[in-house]
Amino acid sequence: MPTTNTNRLDATKPMLLEIAALSVSFGKQDVLRRISIDIPTGQTLVILGESGCGKTVLLKTMIGLVRPSEGGVRLEGSSLAHMSEADLGHMRTRYGFVFQGAALFDSLTIADNVAFPLREHTLLKEPEIREIVSALLTEVGLPGSVGQKKPVQLSGGMRKRVGLARALALDPHLVLYDEPTTGLDPIMSDVINELMMRVRSREHVTSVIVTHDMISARKVADRIIMLYPLTRLGEDEEQLVFDGTPAELDRSTDPRICQFIEGKAGARLTEMRDEQARADAAPAATGNP
Amino acid sequence: MVSTPTAPAETTRANAPAAAGGLTAWFAVQIANLGSFALSRVAGIGDVTIFSLKTLGWIVSRRQRRDVLLPSFYQIGVLSLPVVALTGLFIGMVLAVQSFAQFKALGLQTRLGAVINLSLVRELGPVLAATMLAGRVGSAMAAELGTMRVTEQIDAMESMGANPIYYLVVPRFLGCLILIPTLTVMADFMGVLGGYLYSHLLLGIDYHHYWNNSREYVDAFDFLMGIFKSFFFGAAIALVSCHRGFNCTPGAEGVGRAATNAFVHSFVLILVLDLFLGIGLDNVHDFFRPEGPRRLL
Repeated sequence: MPTTNTNRLDATKPMLLEIAALSVSFGKQDVLRRISIDIPTGQTLVILGESGCGKTVLLKTMIGLVRPSEGGVRLEGSSLAHMSEADLGHMRTRYGFVFQGAALFDSLTIADNVAFPLREHTLLKEPEIREIVSALLTEVGLPGSVGQKKPVQLSGGMRKRVGLARALALDPHLVLYDEPTTGLDPIMSDVINELMMRVRSREHVTSVIVTHDMISARKVADRIIMLYPLTRLGEDEEQLVFDGTPAELDRSTDPRICQFIEGKAGARLTEMRDEQARADAAPAATGNP
Repeated sequence: MVSTPTAPAETTRANAPAAAGGLTAWFAVQIANLGSFALSRVAGIGDVTIFSLKTLGWIVSRRQRRDVLLPSFYQIGVLSLPVVALTGLFIGMVLAVQSFAQFKALGLQTRLGAVINLSLVRELGPVLAATMLAGRVGSAMAAELGTMRVTEQIDAMESMGANPIYYLVVPRFLGCLILIPTLTVMADFMGVLGGYLYSHLLLGIDYHHYWNNSREYVDAFDFLMGIFKSFFFGAAIALVSCHRGFNCTPGAEGVGRAATNAFVHSFVLILVLDLFLGIGLDNVHDFFRPEGPRRLL
């Protein structure tokens, strides 16, 4: 159960994103159940949760990359479910998505990767595009010479920064980050945090960040929500176990939240072993004649 | 919280009524599995159909960019040419080796040219070129697109408002469709050359009889029939391979499976299409030439 409800932290600002009773299933596997969140313009929302609890699925559902099985998402007042593929494509030009592994196109150079959305959606001439690409690379702290390299020639931290530069190319209203600091050293993680804060300081930019990095969450978040894996919840329990500010999160007494913040395994390993033993025993119980 | 433990199995073989119930339940599960399998196959066919229609839709609705098309054409056409030429050369020679003994027994070895060249331009040239394309290009396309799916590059493209079918499938589809006839011509040419060289130089078949018989029994329809069929093969390879890549499951195993399935499904489809197109085109031939097929013997 949410300890506080700060869904409408600032009622004076218009809602950019409204998620109502959202459920997502893949085949027989339920991933998200009845999630409702409203995100006002300009807010930086961090989504916390264990691996496999559906954070990335929620993020992808926000811009229609994953279709919900129930409920809906409204972006700037328009329902994604009622949009045609063309309208959805047009709408996505106003949002930037930074993928966990950067998801740069292997066959293109770094400069072509960053220029991709500009070439796709603007009528800018090549010299102007080159200028913008160079400015974007500089903004994320990369030298212009990187532009001629292929993604495989860059380190993980550099690829993430190129991914961010590409996401910012069309000057988006909403930037979605999927585990931006995962797999990076502490210094590079903080560089990414600084970049996210710099993006946040832009006027009207709303950010949604999926992470399990508590340092990053505390540093950049205006608001934090925490998801819990459905496999560990009863039928009537809410999947959204926390919704509040970073300070409220630190004061939480919910054992599930405390366990996550403190990074303690507790009895989890024993539980996982028991679950596996039951799963192994299940076929025998329904065995063939 | 944690899910409730599963109840222990109570059914035993010693318990007769329960065992009978177990047997019924087992049959019910098998029938349900069969139904589920049939449904998934139908859904799969529907999925490929929608994917194909979207591809065709993008071809007519938006002009292709030259910088996107050319690399695909180079990969599909130019780089496939040597392997198609080499296999074509050998298949022509193999045909000569295999047919020679039979024709010699009948005293018809001078007609070897007719059977080799007819087989090549009608069947072996197009099927061989298509098989090489499915093996060399189809698997690579499925693996490349599968890797893009697994590493979220296709999602990234969508998130930037660019349609992945337009960018990734249409160039490959057009490459296969437009260039497979040229590969077929190359396979035909090299096969004819290989068959002739082997027959003339090693089997001692007279040059004049070899080509005269070929000219008599192989006409433009046979050649064009092979070319016509190749368009369908090219389209099938591109659509099946790209579809496999787009629906790749995560991990190295998923990419490997996508590449293997792309080749296997393409190859089966090539043979099925070859059969039905062969029947259809023979009927077309008979319609225009009611005197019936020409006889070699």
